Amino acid sequence: MGRMIIIGAGLAGLSASVTLAEQGFSCDLISLQNSERAQSVLAEGGINAALNTMGEQDQVQNHYEDTLRGGVYLADPNAVRNLTSHAPEIVRWLENLGVPFNMTDQDIMLRNFGGQKKKRTAYAQSSTGKIIMTAVIDEARKHEVSGKIRRYSHHELICLLIRDHICMGARIRDLYTGEIRDFFGIVLLCSGGMNGIFPGMTTGTTQNTGDVTAIAFRQGVELGNLEMLQYHPTTIGIYGKRCLVTEAARGEGGRLYIMKNQKKWYFMEEKYPELKNLMPRDVVSREMYMIRRECGGSVYLDMTGLSQETWQKKLSDLRQEIIYYLALDPASAPLPVKEGIHYFMGGIAVDEKHQTNIKNLYAAGECACQYHGANRLGGNSLLGALYGGRKAAEIILQNPEDISEKDVSGMISDFRPASPELIQKIGEILVSGLGIIRNAGDLEKALHQLESLKGSNFREENRIYLAKAMLLSALERKESRGAHYREDYPEKKEAFRKTTIAEFAQEIKITFREIPERRAEL
Amino acid sequence: MNLKLQILRRESPDASPHWESYEYQAQNENASVASVLHDLNQKLDDPVRWECSCMQKKCGACAMVINHRPRLACDARLKEFNGEIKIEPLRKFPVIADLIVDRSILFENLKIMRIWFAEEAKTYGSEIAYQASRCLQCGCCLEICPNFYAGGTFFGMASMTLTARILTAVPEKQKQEICKAYRDHIYEGCGKSLACREICPAGIEIEHLLVNSNAVAIWKRKKHEI
Ligand SMILES: Cc1cc2nc3c(=O)[nH]c(=O)nc-3n(C[C@H](O)[C@H](O)[C@H](O)COP(=O)(O)OP(=O)(O)OC[C@H]3O[C@@H](n4cnc5c(N)ncnc54)[C@H](O)[C@@H]3O)c2cc1C
Ligand code: SF4
Ligand code: SF4
Ligand code: FES
Repeated sequence: MGRMIIIGAGLAGLSASVTLAEQGFSCDLISLQNSERAQSVLAEGGINAALNTMGEQDQVQNHYEDTLRGGVYLADPNAVRNLTSHAPEIVRWLENLGVPFNMTDQDIMLRNFGGQKKKRTAYAQSSTGKIIMTAVIDEARKHEVSGKIRRYSHHELICLLIRDHICMGARIRDLYTGEIRDFFGIVLLCSGGMNGIFPGMTTGTTQNTGDVTAIAFRQGVELGNLEMLQYHPTTIGIYGKRCLVTEAARGEGGRLYIMKNQKKWYFMEEKYPELKNLMPRDVVSREMYMIRRECGGSVYLDMTGLSQETWQKKLSDLRQEIIYYLALDPASAPLPVKEGIHYFMGGIAVDEKHQTNIKNLYAAGECACQYHGANRLGGNSLLGALYGGRKAAEIILQNPEDISEKDVSGMISDFRPASPELIQKIGEILVSGLGIIRNAGDLEKALHQLESLKGSNFREENRIYLAKAMLLSALERKESRGAHYREDYPEKKEAFRKTTIAEFAQEIKITFREIPERRAEL
Repeated sequence: MNLKLQILRRESPDASPHWESYEYQAQNENASVASVLHDLNQKLDDPVRWECSCMQKKCGACAMVINHRPRLACDARLKEFNGEIKIEPLRKFPVIADLIVDRSILFENLKIMRIWFAEEAKTYGSEIAYQASRCLQCGCCLEICPNFYAGGTFFGMASMTLTARILTAVPEKQKQEICKAYRDHIYEGCGKSLACREICPAGIEIEHLLVNSNAVAIWKRKKHEI
């Protein structure tokens, strides 16, 4: 078996490396900073699995259907089938790693989350990501000591070693010493979402700069559904970023309202009597945007009706956080909230096996376009990262490749970062086109503005290409679906029930790819 | 709000450190030192090197010494200071450049203590396991601790927290080993002044974890939640 190189040590990268180690194989685990600093530690609300511990007759089939419907049928049904059917096993695996999930008297407790009618979200108060990460990092440590996981923290990707559509490895730089080294082997990208493309405008970490996705794109890796950005309905502005107010706040009883004619109008409850405040995120965010346009003023999240026990046992960290940032206690006063960019459904295009269009190159976790279609359900991305990392590792083991040192002449060594001004400029142009409500005019104007920018190094150029690809993807999808709402094409169209594929070969090309048919059960 | 910033800078591990001063016009007293560093760097030709990630006190990346106190830059708000802020790297770890230090000793110590579950183990929603899991591995507690130094046999609170999680459900086959590691690397070196508790930016109830871990690892009590 040749070398295996994993870029990214969040939940997806850890899951892949632990899977390889459990099978007796070793890997290189490369990341900008230690796992403790990865975005995965920020996850709050929980992880989905049809564990059916709450007496609601929940089944994998329900989880499967909710995920596909939530993604407005843009996700690969076979991949979603795999994900949802393995979810209970994954959460039990976490439980056996000692994750202290909140419990009922006998078993793991589940909470309500958006877009799902049944309680399906396992959680550890409101710090689920952190608590899961601690357990998985401990597990990975076992394999580090046995020599199977070789960690390279404080290392960055410079470029992939790709020739003739075959990946031979990755060029990596040690951020502490400056040393550059080529790693030859199969590469699995687990580099997280593209937050850095929208600097200061997302709920995620500054560490996920988007560079990995941009590098891959420039080097011929296809990207999918780039127009699908998730705006989370409940975020608050803090210095330097948007801060998330977890969906669990609504799952535990929080209600959204706006002042209309001097009265509180609980608009979600009136408009969507079944799921109310827990409609999928795309719907809630769009409603909030529209309703603000109609009524003016801010939308509020009212959590004053939550019990003392709920605050103590289920949302204690959230309450502390809001008091810290806003000097406002959500247990006694409603909280002004606004939509903020939170998740990237689009990214590196992979098939159900997590293979990209480049041989020997795989992707999993938030950097990959998989499982979530046009809108991700809360609680499905921790699951997607854990399951995707594991699945990719299993497939890699079935398709081993011994890649020895190869000719790398002509490969890129330019690691100069993009300038802060350019990053800021691109971010501002992009949001002007890729808001919650979009139209051809705004998108074309944004594209036009991008045309005037010129990159002065590899990363700057990559970033501009990626930004263009995002806008072009949104322009070409002439329909409204999930997170992508076009006021000039407000209807959903069957002809667009396809994956948007962006490809770079001298110039950017956008095409639409059929979504695989659901296979019959074996 | 007019700020006077002093930052201890160093080009490389071998270079000698020097103070540099900056004037900074802050928009709002609720801004954090992290956001100031971020903004300042947009304007500098020679940006200050530092590590950050979450910008909301959840990842431990941005630990540094601010006005003589180890803390997270994203948890230090301007209103706490009277316009003068002095920033240095953590002193107990080797400096890489400016405010970046190499904290790998933290992770090496966890490996020496073999902190993991040797076999499947459930913690059944344990509050201790939850609290312990919140540790950021930021190193602030080690910086303040009079007994910790990198390379010493005493590993400090950053190792205690994670051991505490294992001790809530430690499998029989691993018990002796982890209890010994706990005694050698934590219990015996700790002077119990609890300076670390005051400094912990995650507000971890260190004393509570200690009492519980001592009970299991040192006094060999069966019951592990007190
Ligand atoms: C505030 C918040 C709350 C959330 N809550 C939930 C929730 O309750 N439930 C849920 O399911 N999901 C939630 N999510 C989403 C979920 O946390 C993420 O989608 C998921 O953790 C992503 O995991 P990952 O492993 O793909 O990436 P990350 O954890 O982001 O890890 C990315 C890794 O890639 C590395 N990397 C990046 N760039 C480079 C580079 N250039 N070179 C080398 N390495 C690089 C990083 O260092 C890091 O190690 C939340 C997200 C946020 C921001
Ligand atoms: S109690 Fe005192 S000696 Fe013990 S770890 Fe904390 S600071 Fe160090
Ligand atoms: S115990 Fe507190 S101060 Fe020490 S590493 Fe953990 S979070 Fe940081
Ligand atoms: S940047 Fe994460 S703790 Fe400060």
